[in-house]
Amino acid sequence: MVTGKTSKVGLRVTIGLLIVFSIVWVFPIIFTILESFRPYGDVLKYGAASWPQHLTFSNYINALVQSHMWSFFLNSVEVAVPAVFLTLFLASMIAFVLSRYESRWNVALLMVFTAGNLLPPQLLFIPLFRLYLKIPVPHFLNENGVLYDTQLGLVLVHVAVQLGFATFVLTNFLRTIPKEISESALVDGANVWQHYWKIIFPLLRPALASLGVLMTTWIYNDFFWSVVLLKSGAKRPITAALSNLQGLYNTDYNLLAAGAVLAFLPTLFVFFSMRKHFVAGLTLGSTKG
Amino acid sequence: MSNDVATRKEVKIAKAGRKARRRNHNFSGGDRATIATFVGVPTLIHIFMVWIPAICTVLLSFTFWDGIGGLKNIKWVGFTNYRQIIQLDADFGPAIRNNLYWLAVFALIATPLGILLAYYIDKNLKGTKFYQTSFYMPLVISLAVTGIIWDYIFNSDGLINSLLGNNTNDSAIDFWGDPNKNIWVVLFIASWRHIGYIMLLYLAGMKSVDPSLREAAAIDGATEWSTFRKVVVPSLRPVNVIIIVVTIIESLRAFDLVYIINRGTNGLQLLGVLVYDNILGSSMRIGWGAAYATLLFILCIGPIIVYLYQNFSRED
Repeated sequence: MVTGKTSKVGLRVTIGLLIVFSIVWVFPIIFTILESFRPYGDVLKYGAASWPQHLTFSNYINALVQSHMWSFFLNSVEVAVPAVFLTLFLASMIAFVLSRYESRWNVALLMVFTAGNLLPPQLLFIPLFRLYLKIPVPHFLNENGVLYDTQLGLVLVHVAVQLGFATFVLTNFLRTIPKEISESALVDGANVWQHYWKIIFPLLRPALASLGVLMTTWIYNDFFWSVVLLKSGAKRPITAALSNLQGLYNTDYNLLAAGAVLAFLPTLFVFFSMRKHFVAGLTLGSTKG
Repeated sequence: MSNDVATRKEVKIAKAGRKARRRNHNFSGGDRATIATFVGVPTLIHIFMVWIPAICTVLLSFTFWDGIGGLKNIKWVGFTNYRQIIQLDADFGPAIRNNLYWLAVFALIATPLGILLAYYIDKNLKGTKFYQTSFYMPLVISLAVTGIIWDYIFNSDGLINSLLGNNTNDSAIDFWGDPNKNIWVVLFIASWRHIGYIMLLYLAGMKSVDPSLREAAAIDGATEWSTFRKVVVPSLRPVNVIIIVVTIIESLRAFDLVYIINRGTNGLQLLGVLVYDNILGSSMRIGWGAAYATLLFILCIGPIIVYLYQNFSRED
């Protein structure tokens, strides 16, 4: 342990500060959960700051059944899962080549991906939106016959954008693995595919797991792209669908609270059960010394 | 630093490997096809769906297009769109101002607070796991849901007004409707999330600091705080650069939070929202939307170049 000088008063102030901050951080989340179990009528009558008189599951039942939160959650899964798998697969392939086969284009190419990851989404969406209105898709995907307002379109955008970050992170990760590991395979006469699939891909697993957890939360939490590229309310992922519960004049706030809890519960669950992966994923791209 | 030693070793290994490979390996036709696919498919997707749209947006910002006729109807108008948004769009000024507020609050308050909290968490005090978990939680909650969560605290029937006994009368504090208040409330909420992000990045960086550096400083009689300031922070140059870049880019991208609160109107205008408004809002002005997007791009170029320099300057 590092030993430095800290006064007892300083220590108390520090702990006090941390406690106050933690409360500010946790409180709104706890409060929303509490609200989600209260009937709307109760809050109307006694005010939001009142002690709960009744607790009920009816907000959750309403959110899941009448407001279709369950199907919106499935929409999110239908977008996030294919997008994450496709991104990880494509990024692992290009990261493998960029880190294992020298070429003078490698650095330039990696810079394209790295910079692409930092572009604001607002810069991309106008042409993509116009393009999506023109690209035909089979009618079973969209009755209007275009890519706009399809989950496929959403998946494609997420893959294209996330490829920037994933390629950057995976290439850096592979560069920390000595190339000697590949040598034996090459001496045995393995071809490029075997080199990738038998040697490199297994080594990538921990990085893929962390990146996968992180990107799943990102895509699940996305709001911008689903607002911009989807029109039908029924196709919306859960984060964007919550605004369906926001009435124009009178919102049932407790129903909305149940919806919000349903929307953040899966990501909080992922966070608590795979916290190491989550933190590792966020720092993979940033701590390259 | 230990990292440099590792890199040098890697370079040596890499060079040896390269020689060996050049000697032993001539790519067959199949291998060439595999490599071409591995590089080509992701590159094409990324360039076609990220970079080409970005360039098209910049080009569109110099044109007039009603979006109804085909591409043939696009007219080149030079800087007219830029002149118009500056002179005619009442939202331009507030948006620039709000983005600057956003940047200032993040850079001067939220980011330093995140670093400060990282310093305290790093001390491994009692209960540090709990504090750390609390600060990370907002990171996994989407910004749209975050807006809804805080709405229970701030809306006119919300907790604060209820505690003040303002529910039944008209004296409720209008946190969202008052254009002099709402941006600060939004910035408080955005900071709630940003602080944890910065803390996470900084903590990860601090783990890589050579402990002997700190021990040496402690033996010299430096306090923990001055060790942190004079030894730890300067040795974290890469993390510092990333934090600056993240702070700027996040404050430019902002969209979700204000959109969920009031669609980015009435005091909550942002450049990122005006792009959306001019394309999918009540009136479609593609040129204006593209001009706003291009402004965002110009503001992002600096941090992007710094980030690239940070990451690639040590490579040949």
